[in-house]
Amino acid sequence: MRNVTFSIGRRIGDAMLAPVQDQRFGLGRTVRLADPVPLASGQSLAGVDIAYETYGTLAPDGSNAILICHALTGDQHVASPNPRTGKPGWWERLVGPGKPIDPARHFIICSNVLGGCSGTTGPGSADPAIGQPFAMRFPVITIADMVTVQARLLDHLGVERLQAVVGGSMGGMQALSWAAQFPERVRAVVAIASAARHSAQNIAFHEVGRQAIMADPRWASGNYTAEDAPAAGLAVARMAAHITYLSEQGLTERFGRRLQNRAALGFGFDAEFQVESYLRHQGLTFTERFDANSYLYITRAMDYFDLAAPHDGVLATAFAPAAAAGTRFALISFTSDWLYPTAETKRIVRALHGAGAATSYCELESPHGHDAFLLDAPEMNRIVTGFLNGLAEG
Amino acid sequence: MKSALRPDLQAVADAVPAGARVLDIGCGDGALLAHLRTSRQVSAHGIDVSAANVASAVARGLAVVQGDAHTDLSDWPDNAFDVAILSDTLQAMREPARILGELLRVARQGIVSFPNFGHWRVRAALAVGGRMPVTRTLPVSWHQTTNIHLCTINDFRALVDDCGLRIDRAAFLANGKLRSSFAANLLADQAVFVLCRP
Repeated sequence: MRNVTFSIGRRIGDAMLAPVQDQRFGLGRTVRLADPVPLASGQSLAGVDIAYETYGTLAPDGSNAILICHALTGDQHVASPNPRTGKPGWWERLVGPGKPIDPARHFIICSNVLGGCSGTTGPGSADPAIGQPFAMRFPVITIADMVTVQARLLDHLGVERLQAVVGGSMGGMQALSWAAQFPERVRAVVAIASAARHSAQNIAFHEVGRQAIMADPRWASGNYTAEDAPAAGLAVARMAAHITYLSEQGLTERFGRRLQNRAALGFGFDAEFQVESYLRHQGLTFTERFDANSYLYITRAMDYFDLAAPHDGVLATAFAPAAAAGTRFALISFTSDWLYPTAETKRIVRALHGAGAATSYCELESPHGHDAFLLDAPEMNRIVTGFLNGLAEG
Repeated sequence: MKSALRPDLQAVADAVPAGARVLDIGCGDGALLAHLRTSRQVSAHGIDVSAANVASAVARGLAVVQGDAHTDLSDWPDNAFDVAILSDTLQAMREPARILGELLRVARQGIVSFPNFGHWRVRAALAVGGRMPVTRTLPVSWHQTTNIHLCTINDFRALVDDCGLRIDRAAFLANGKLRSSFAANLLADQAVFVLCRP
């Protein structure tokens, strides 16, 4: 299934881009790493594939590279149609021609994360040792491992130092990790609707999702086939998670207590309310594009995320090398985001101030909850544009 | 850009050493910081309570954070800056004395500008007109103004004394022009003080 994805990706890619001479650049690309990747768990992973896309042209001095990091269920198709769903790129409001991150000016890189299911090595990939999918034999990975793999991708692309690394939600976690892991390789960090650690509530919601998957008999301890996947469990996981991406106000405004295709209560358990119907639809369509084991592994990576943990719990220490290297930070939170609330972003801001890093931060008004960063947000675009332009000012 | 700067901001800017690490508290849309970055090559940082202001300031490429000076200045360690600026903001603070203390904690030097409530026009408005003044430097009527702690130049000097701080130097303005310190409490409508630790 993966190979099919990529051939489609390439075909769409040719129409989107200026002529590409270097086969490393363009849409629907993939690279197999020559060397094994050491993981935070102490294990290592050999033969890692990275599925990625690039947009725009790398400047001769390499100064215009921007890495976009995707969220939990995102992929490398940040600004090109997703070959599997046919939907537009997931962040075309921020990335694309005439947008704050513009292939006319920037060399844009987006890769599927380690553990993912859009072409980068994950639990659904074949374990070279046995020729079967890893399934639950896949090592538990971390956000730091995802970043380590991205750094290998930059090596492959010949990008020494990023102008910026930009991400929302889990993408923001990767962006912050970049500053901690490779302070010399990143001039600026943009983390939107994100956090420097997973809270008890974040972990709790993820555990609900994982248990829903594992309770599905079709999960079969992870050894399912594509034809017989635990779709019901994965759909419930998505439904629970989707609620956390919205806000109470947003749900109320959009659905209220309105009924779906009926005038009165049915005294049964069909999707009688519009909100039920909506969630079921979200759950169902998600299973068509996402792998259950990947969901387990990536949510685990997020739960393990605590940038301060290796530094005796002092977040400022994690940022000190980046501050010393002159890395600049921009953080944005949204008023109605209760998944990664403003308080978590302010904790990051406090640590950055403690570390002496140049920091911009703004809490934007939005009724859309956590999902606000993916929606139309003119103020967010204005801030990102100004922040990136301001890098030139020093 | 330089010509567009308000006279009181220019007076504040004139007190900032070139290349300094500067924090502007209540920086608004970042006009002063942007000017300082261009004209004095400072490392420009700011904090403002308004999201719209912060968005504008960040859009200028400035390192500005959204926050409340009363609670969020504590985010910065001691001596994080060479200069901290409180430009036309002190009178809107809930606890001016504590803010002055914070100013001289996060920075070695503080620059404070404010409208002088001892100016003769203010006194006249009260004494003759019997009304709260609406003047060039206090353009908003009493019930709409965000100014909750207005003071005179002499009040400010006393506060600095009470806080155990020291006045390094001062500049006075009337009608947007610098003037001498003679009878400043009566004749200046704005004042700029450079403060340091004792």
